[in-house]
Amino acid sequence: MIGVIDYRAGNAPSVLNALERIGVPSLLVSSKDEIDEVHGIILPGVGSALGTMESLEEMGCLDVISKKVLQDGVPFLGICIGLQVLFEHSEEGDTKCLGWIPGVVKKFSQDMVRVPQIGWNEAEFTREHPILSGLGKREFFYFVNSYYVIPKDENMVLAKTEYGVEFCSMITHKNIFAAQFHTEKSGAVGLKLLKNFAMIAGDAVCLRKD
Amino acid sequence: MLPKRIIPCLDVKDGRVVKGVNFVNFKDAGDPAQIAAEYSRAGADELVFLDITATVEVRKTMLDMVKKVAKQVTIPFAVGGGIRTADDFKEILDSGADKVSINSAAIKRPELILEAANLFGRDCVVVAIDAKKREGGDGWNVCINGGSVVTDIDVVTWAQKCEKLGAGEILLTSLDCDGTKAGYDNQLNRAVTAAVKIPVIASGGAGKKEDFYDAIVHGGVDAVLAASLFHFKEVEIMELKKYLNEKNIPVRMEIAK
Repeated sequence: MIGVIDYRAGNAPSVLNALERIGVPSLLVSSKDEIDEVHGIILPGVGSALGTMESLEEMGCLDVISKKVLQDGVPFLGICIGLQVLFEHSEEGDTKCLGWIPGVVKKFSQDMVRVPQIGWNEAEFTREHPILSGLGKREFFYFVNSYYVIPKDENMVLAKTEYGVEFCSMITHKNIFAAQFHTEKSGAVGLKLLKNFAMIAGDAVCLRKD
Repeated sequence: MLPKRIIPCLDVKDGRVVKGVNFVNFKDAGDPAQIAAEYSRAGADELVFLDITATVEVRKTMLDMVKKVAKQVTIPFAVGGGIRTADDFKEILDSGADKVSINSAAIKRPELILEAANLFGRDCVVVAIDAKKREGGDGWNVCINGGSVVTDIDVVTWAQKCEKLGAGEILLTSLDCDGTKAGYDNQLNRAVTAAVKIPVIASGGAGKKEDFYDAIVHGGVDAVLAASLFHFKEVEIMELKKYLNEKNIPVRMEIAK
């Protein structure tokens, strides 16, 4: 069972819809007990880094999420702000984040591009990985973001995207995956990636064909 | 450059798509979820649903529609029409829409933009601006209530204020061009795109493929919206994208399905 963290500032229903569409058993989770039961965790996100951190803290489940992901090695997928809050610090609201991934979150330069970035942009994958199974070397995904992540360790970068600057649009580190793009809103390619994540979590069953 | 977005707009009344969407092979030609899925397969990058009833009584019908659409499509969609409060935003977003578009309510109470941006993130706040050329032609005024009331507010000044308050995007409709099929108002588009740094969607006036190119190149917009032109298949989305691609405008050529 994949647990989609349901917190005040997230877009958990969209992620759940996408998982339902591809036949992955999933549910919204918002309590320690519920989170403790799942074998894959998705942290969806929209809104601001500060709002996300505040509502995660409000929910009171950060301990159990951290334990599951960092100690038990449960597969984890962060989406959009769910990627950004994994880093040490975000410029957005000068926010201290979870610090699971060394690095920082910076704002796009408005001198270069329109901010927020809204639209379909190309992610170029840096290497092969089971989570990318069946995907091309470059794929279009839907992005909505004003900020981007800068991991300290270049080895964690799984995809790069160009928007005024070349930025890291997906990371992987052990059992942690996280994407800047909205994989739940990126059509067939996005669903494929979600399915691959479910496979890694050992949770994909009857996959529907469209 | 970020690929330019092609956005079909659907008018909805009492939870049903109206104003003639001409899709064949439909058991139910007015079913928003089915039409949305069809557009997603046809290569649309995003969708806009405009609720033209939007009275309190049918609010629930609309939310049910949003839920059904959200289950059917995996491309982003915005919902507009009759949104007045932050609670309205919450209901629509919780039902599965990705963005909410506000128009008259933002003019009447600009703080709504700020409230919504703070609560839900600026990315989901679309401010729709209906523009009408001033007599004498030296600029545009903002119209509200479906274009029936012309305010004395300047469009460019208002767009900048929206950006400052926290709008993530501007959906700019030229009421002078809307329905004429004579092309977008690219003077208007240029005036607004030059004045703000958030993305701008052009709307009103598309009649042929060249009009989309002009809005992107001469109007400087980030996305183009049209309704009947797509509904009646006068322009097919993938054909339009192919045309733009050949003219070196970046577009997403894959189909989301």
